[in-house]
Amino acid sequence: MRIAVASGKGGTGKTTVATSLALCLAANGGSALSPAGPPLLLDCDVEAPNAHLFLRPSWEAVWPVGIPVPQIDPAGCTACGRCAEVCAFNALAILGSGVQVFPELCHGCGSCTLACPEGVITEVVRPIGVLRRGTAQQGIDFGHGELSIGEPMAVPVIRELKRQVNARPGQVVILDAPPGTSCPVVEAVRGSDFLLLVTEPTPFGLHDLRLAVEVGHALGLPMGAVINRDGIGDDSVIRFCENEGIPVLMRIPFERAIARDSALGRTLLETHPEYAPRFRELAGDILRQVEGAR
Amino acid sequence: MRIMITTTKPEFDSPVDPNFGRGAYFVVVETNSMEWQAYPNPAVGAPGGAGIQAAQFVSEHKAERVISGDFGPKAHQALMAAGVGMYLAGASASARQAVAHLEAGELERLGGSPRQGSKSGN
Repeated sequence: MRIAVASGKGGTGKTTVATSLALCLAANGGSALSPAGPPLLLDCDVEAPNAHLFLRPSWEAVWPVGIPVPQIDPAGCTACGRCAEVCAFNALAILGSGVQVFPELCHGCGSCTLACPEGVITEVVRPIGVLRRGTAQQGIDFGHGELSIGEPMAVPVIRELKRQVNARPGQVVILDAPPGTSCPVVEAVRGSDFLLLVTEPTPFGLHDLRLAVEVGHALGLPMGAVINRDGIGDDSVIRFCENEGIPVLMRIPFERAIARDSALGRTLLETHPEYAPRFRELAGDILRQVEGAR
Repeated sequence: MRIMITTTKPEFDSPVDPNFGRGAYFVVVETNSMEWQAYPNPAVGAPGGAGIQAAQFVSEHKAERVISGDFGPKAHQALMAAGVGMYLAGASASARQAVAHLEAGELERLGGSPRQGSKSGN
């Protein structure tokens, strides 16, 4: 089972929920909630990964990740312009008497290589980030990606993280998605069995929740909501969820102690163990919804 | 000499468009005859890399110099590669006036290293 945790709005508590859900599943490893033992948590927010600050994994491997970009042999190039024509991202241009490549715009699709009539394009991997894999407390398998500073494209790093850091058979996977609703979020949550949306009961939270729900609908995912900072704002998020048929699976109150402990880099379950039964319920509700959707 | 200017309208007397990559039009002028022609900028709606595509358009028209309000870092790199001189329109009120200022040596020419900074490519 793959559970994606997303939000739309940033800073609503995705990582708070994802890390404590992972700890809950680890504590219930071997039960129906997490039959294959502790889960795998993938921090897909490669522009600002932070789940490791809470789960403190010991890293077992770190390796580069990149995208294939064109390299042109000027000796055989006739500057015919086919490569620039087929590039959807303007990563190649005919300038003066030759082709200029702008690697930071290249999405690595390979169209130019296929289109070149002279066969003078080879592809070289340009590193844009790293992937890391390790083991965190209670045997949680942990992976994350980190996009290099100045690189604009998060999607290839997320794609490779999901492709290269694999779950054991039957292991539950928790994907901590980036904020927003654009390509990196879609890449993180696609292929999941359930989309858990963490929101806050404010007009801003509602605005971005609407967008995130549209993404969930477009991908055909069963969804549930967690309302964080419960007690502030108004009830418009609750009413929206009711109208959309999205169950509110948990509420976390707006409390100074929770904020303080989170700022110290500690998980909600560690500092507030009274939440353990509520996370178990959350995991159970998700499992039932996923099984109901199958 | 052939000069291209980014303009907001397809006319030689149009104001200079302050953007290079996403300027609305290019006016191409032959300074010997002062004959000109306007073209819509093919890069204006590009999802990304507009400066590069616009630079390729300038290169295709074999302009030796280009005048605009500003040039982004990728456009700068592309125009350098194409060997096209970049000039800032400054206070010029129209494309025609900008060309006159250029010929009088009154426009700032951009040099070797581009401005820093890059926009997201998602």
